[in-house]
Amino acid sequence: MHIVDRRLNPKGKSHANRQRFVRVARSEIKEAVERSLQKRGISDVASGEKVAIPTKRIHEPQFRHSSTGGKRDYVLPGNREFVQGDTLPRPQQGGGEGGHEGSPDGEGEDDFQFVLNRDEFLDILFEDLELPDLEKTRLKETMTFKQTRAGFSTTGTPSSLNITRTMRHSLARRISMRRPKRADVERMAKEIAELEAQAGLTSEERRRLEELKTKYTFLARKLKATPYVDPVDLRFNRFEPTPQPTSQAVMFCLMDVSGSMSEYMKDLAKRFFLLLHLFLRSKYEHLDIVFIRHTSEAQEVDEDTFFHSRESGGTVVSSALREMQKIVAERYPIDDWNIYAAQASDGDNFSSDTETCGELIQKSILPLCQYFAYIEVLDEREAPILRSESNASELWRCYKGIAADHENFAMKRVFARSDIFPVFHELFAKGRRAA
Amino acid sequence: MSFLGEPPVRDQRSPRRKKATKPLYEGPDWDFATMKRTYEAIEEIAVGELKLDCYPNQIEIITSEQMLDAYSSISMPLFYSHWSFGKRFARDEKLYRKGYMGLAYEIVINSTPCISYMMEENTMTMQALVMAHAAFGHNHFFKNNYLFRQWTDAEGILDYLSFAKNYVARCEERHGLGAVERVLDAAHALMDQGVDRYNRRSRPNLAQERERAEARREHALATYNDLWRTLPVDPNKPKRQSSETEMEEGRSRLALPEENLLYFIEKFSPRLEPWQREILRIVRNIAQYFYPQKQTKMMNEGCATFVHYKIMNRLLDLGLITEGAMLEFIDYHTRVVFQPEFDDRRYGGINPYALGFEMMCDIERMCANPTEEDRAFVPDIAGNGDPMGTLRTAWADHRDDSFVLQFLSPALIRKLRLFKIEDDPEKPELRVDAIHDERGYKRVRKALSRYYDIGLREPDIQVTDVDLKGDRRLVLTHKVRDGVPLEEQDARAVLGHIATLWGYDVKLHGIDADADLLIYSYEASPPAA
Repeated sequence: MHIVDRRLNPKGKSHANRQRFVRVARSEIKEAVERSLQKRGISDVASGEKVAIPTKRIHEPQFRHSSTGGKRDYVLPGNREFVQGDTLPRPQQGGGEGGHEGSPDGEGEDDFQFVLNRDEFLDILFEDLELPDLEKTRLKETMTFKQTRAGFSTTGTPSSLNITRTMRHSLARRISMRRPKRADVERMAKEIAELEAQAGLTSEERRRLEELKTKYTFLARKLKATPYVDPVDLRFNRFEPTPQPTSQAVMFCLMDVSGSMSEYMKDLAKRFFLLLHLFLRSKYEHLDIVFIRHTSEAQEVDEDTFFHSRESGGTVVSSALREMQKIVAERYPIDDWNIYAAQASDGDNFSSDTETCGELIQKSILPLCQYFAYIEVLDEREAPILRSESNASELWRCYKGIAADHENFAMKRVFARSDIFPVFHELFAKGRRAA
Repeated sequence: MSFLGEPPVRDQRSPRRKKATKPLYEGPDWDFATMKRTYEAIEEIAVGELKLDCYPNQIEIITSEQMLDAYSSISMPLFYSHWSFGKRFARDEKLYRKGYMGLAYEIVINSTPCISYMMEENTMTMQALVMAHAAFGHNHFFKNNYLFRQWTDAEGILDYLSFAKNYVARCEERHGLGAVERVLDAAHALMDQGVDRYNRRSRPNLAQERERAEARREHALATYNDLWRTLPVDPNKPKRQSSETEMEEGRSRLALPEENLLYFIEKFSPRLEPWQREILRIVRNIAQYFYPQKQTKMMNEGCATFVHYKIMNRLLDLGLITEGAMLEFIDYHTRVVFQPEFDDRRYGGINPYALGFEMMCDIERMCANPTEEDRAFVPDIAGNGDPMGTLRTAWADHRDDSFVLQFLSPALIRKLRLFKIEDDPEKPELRVDAIHDERGYKRVRKALSRYYDIGLREPDIQVTDVDLKGDRRLVLTHKVRDGVPLEEQDARAVLGHIATLWGYDVKLHGIDADADLLIYSYEASPPAA
C-alpha cells in the first residue's frame, strides 16, 4: 500500500476545460457581459463577473425518457396509511413550471450561472484585448521624497538624538579614561572628614589622612575633568530623503451629456473610462475618480447620474475644464496626487468656446496632468462620413494643434466597441515611444 | 452502540483477539504514520476476518480544489479536455463555494492498483472510515463482481486514459479545436447507447468463410436433382424482387439490428476520417468501462457501507479506536444511510446507500438467525451460518436488479414500508398497486427490480436499417415501452449529432413495443458543409 501526497501537484488541471467552455458559450457570455455592463460601476470591474447564460447552447442532449406520459410504476418508502387498491389524486405537475419562464434580467432557473474571472471578463468586454501589453506601457510618475533612516551621524538636531548610541559611547569613554565613580570619591571625602574631626591622631593615621587627601584631590580633579556625557559621545539618527512614487492618483472623467450624445456613445465612453480605471488601478495604491458632466455648465456628479441621466442644453466644453481646475485646486494638490483626465465628447461645442478650451488646456490643465486623453465618440453610422480628418469637428481641430506640442496629451476617435482597446493602447503607447 | 433500528448481528466466527492497550489514534488530526498504522489494522480485519479479496491499494491525499477537478472529469485522474467538463467544474465550484454542496470524502477508481482519493480536510476517523469504505469495500466489489470482471480492465484503464488524453490533444492540434469538439459532442450524446450489453458475436475469419462456402457447394452437388429444372414457372407469380434480397443481405452483413449506436457508426459510417473513428472508439470504451458501475450502484455502495460498518465496529471491539471516534463515525454513517420517507421534503428517490446497507444487514440476519418466513423466502441461505461467505457470493454474482429480485426479503419490505404506485395516464387517479403485505411483497420486489434494470431505465434504441445502395439513410428504431415517449427536444438534438457523424440523413421511428404501431418519427440531416 502506498500513500501518495498529491496536494502539491500543479493546480488548475481543469483550466483547459474551462477555456473550451468559455469558447463554446462565448456568444451567450458576451450578451450577458453587455447586459451587466449597464449595471456595474467603473470601479468594480476588477472583481470579475457573475454571468448567467441560457443553457440552450451548452445543453448536452441525450436520448432519455420524457418525464411525463406513459404508464409508470413507482416504488416508494415510508407507507403509512395506504392499502392496496387505494387511489390518490395526481400531484400537480404544474408546480415547478412557474420558474421556467425566465426572469427578464436573464437569471431564471434555466440559466447556467458562473463567475468569469477578471481576465476572461475583460477579454470578452474588449474583444480579445491582450492584457500583457498593458503592463508594459510606462506611465510617468511624480516623485515625492520621504525621509528614511540611514544610520547615525555625530551632528544633528536635539530631537533626533539617539540616546542608546550616545550612552553607549559615553560608557566606553568613561571606562577607557578610568573616570572614578562618584560614589567612591564621596566615600573618600567622608573618611577624610571623619579623620579630621577626630582629635589626637596617631602618626599612622596622620599619614593615612595625607595619603587620602592627595588621592582625593587627584580623583576629584579627574572626576571633574571627565564629563559624564561628552559632546564626542553624541550620536544622532540620520535621515536621508529617498524618492518615492506617489501612490495616489485621481482620475477625472469629463463627458459631454448634452442631447447630442446618444446612449451608444455614452456606452463607448464608459468602456474607455473603465479601461483607464483598470489600468490606473494596477499602478496606484489609491485611486479616486471624479465625474464631471457638462452641458453648457459643468457639475461634479456621482457615477450613476454621470452615465444615466440626460440633460438638455448647449455645449460649453470649457466649463468642464474649469470645474476640473477648481476641484484640483480644492482637493488634489499636485504634489500629492497624480492626475489623469479623460474627456469624452462627440465634438460638438459652442463655436466661440473652442478657442477658450484650447487655451485652458494648454495653460492650466496640461501642466496639472500626468496625462490628458481626449476621445471623440462617434456613432457607427456616421463612420463613413466622419472617418476622414477633414470632416472633423472644430474641437478636434483645435486639440490637434495642442497634441502636436504636448507629449502628455493624446486624442483619438472611436467608432465602435472594438476600437476602444486599440485606441487605449495607442494613447498609452505614445509615452513609451517618446521615452 | 446502535443506530437506525436494530444493529446487524455480529459475525459469530470473528476470532477472539486480545483487546489493544492503546488506540491507533486520538483526536482529529492525521499524519502519514497514523494513516499507515490504521490502514494495516483495517487490512487485518478486512482480509483476515471478512476475507475480502482486493486489488493492491494506493491512497492519494488531495485538496478540495483537486477534488473539484476530479468531479468535473467524471472522477477520473486524467482525462481528455472537453468544454462539458469545464461547465461541470464551473457549476460545482459555484455550488461548493456557496455552500450548497459538500464534497465527497473520497473517490475510488476501479484500477490496479486501486486508487482512492481522500481529502486532506478529513479527520482521522473519517480517513479510517474512508479507507475501510473505498480501499476495501469498493475495491473488493470491483475485483469480484462479474460485470466488472467481464467488461472492465482494471490493469489497463489508466494507460488507456492517458492514451486517450494524448490522442485527443494531438487531434486538436492537427484538426483544430472545433472539429474535435464536434465529434466529441456527438459521441457524448450517444454515450448511453454506446455500450455492448452482450458479447459481440465473433465474425468468421476468411478461412472459415471459405470452408463454409465449400461445404455449401458440396451440399448442393450432393443433393442435385435435374428434375427441379423441368418444373413449369407460373408466369403470374411475381418474381422475388432482387433488390429486396440484396437489402436483406446488406442488413445481415451489417449485423442489424445493432443496439450499440457508437459502435455501428464507428464501423460503418461512410463519411468519417480515421481519427474521428478513433475518438468514437475512445468514448465508446470509456462508456463501456462505466457501464457496470451504473448497473451496480446500489450493491456497490451497499457493499462498501456494510464493510466500513463492520470494520469500524470491529476496531472499536479491539480497542483500536476511541469511543469518541466511534461517535463521530456513527454520526457520519447515519447521515449516509438516511432514507427520508416519500412525503418528506428531503425525499429524492431511494438512497442507494440506505437500501444497499439494509439489504446487506438483512442477508446477514437471514444467514445467522432466520425466521420461518426467511426460510421460505431464501431456503438455500437461511440459517447457513456463513453471512460473509453468502454476501461475498452475492456481491460477485449479481447486479442491482437481480440482487433485489433475489434478496429483498418481506421483513425488509416491511421495515422500509415500501409500496408500489401505478400511474396509468388513462385513469384519472394514481393507484396504490401493492403495499408491504403478504399479497404485495412479490409485486413490490418486482417493481423495484425493474426500477434498477438499466435495460428498462434507458430507452431501447437500435439501428435497424441502412440504405447503403440508395441514399444511405440511417434508420433507428425506438421501441416504446408502456407508452413512455422520449424527451422530444433532446431526441431531435441527438439525432442531429448522429447525422453529423453519419454524414447522411437519419430517421428515428418510435414503435410501440406491444402493438407494433408507429407512434412518431423524427428526422435529421447533416449540417451543410
